[in-house]
Amino acid sequence: MREARGRSGAGGRGGRTSERKEGPRRTLFRRRKVCKFCADKIDDVNYKDVKLLGPFVPERGKILPRRISGTCAMHQRKLQTAIKRARQLALLPYTTE
Amino acid sequence: MTRQYELVYIVSPNATDEQVQGLHAQVEEVTGRLGGRLERTENWGRRRLAYEIGPHKEGTYVLEAISGAGDLMKELDRRLRVSDQVIRHLIVRVDEEHRVVERTRTRRRVESERRRVARGLPPERQPGEGPRVEDGDEGGFDGAEV
Repeated sequence: MREARGRSGAGGRGGRTSERKEGPRRTLFRRRKVCKFCADKIDDVNYKDVKLLGPFVPERGKILPRRISGTCAMHQRKLQTAIKRARQLALLPYTTE
Repeated sequence: MTRQYELVYIVSPNATDEQVQGLHAQVEEVTGRLGGRLERTENWGRRRLAYEIGPHKEGTYVLEAISGAGDLMKELDRRLRVSDQVIRHLIVRVDEEHRVVERTRTRRRVESERRRVARGLPPERQPGEGPRVEDGDEGGFDGAEV
């Protein structure tokens, strides 16, 4: 029972990953992104820690999207509230010209 | 119902040290009067603001960790809003977050101890054990599982 489920799951996944219409150009090396907070085991994403939040707020002052930073969903959510709180306290900018 | 709060306020850079002290004393007084407890105070000193608030480009940051009821925080909020020395303040309730952090920390510790014991090692990490190596216990999602 379990085996059958596992096999079908693997099959489905295999079907999905098998290169679609994208040519070989798309398969350039892409570094595997890891969530910084998971990797460093940072449990507490705190709004007071500007040094920690800084790298997730690029030049423009916007929050770096998950698809670029590779942060996992849970930590991106925590990061989001932390950055917004830090902004209220003028620790981080809302925008920069 | 007592809860943990963190109050951060930014005092105008024109305020003297005595005025900053006065504000702190006021917070302390209100906290005491309304049955709260001042757990911790941090003065971060004068910092540059990330953006201008009115005419100000910098300010003195003060953090107060308070445990008390919601009414107390409401009163503090009102007072800080009225005060013209305080250019910005933020009250955050932190007890739930602390609890979550605590829980994940203990869970992680217990789990690592369990794994270490299972490998026949003492539960605590010994000094000079080399870099921490991730033991891929969450495998099964990379590659086909046959």
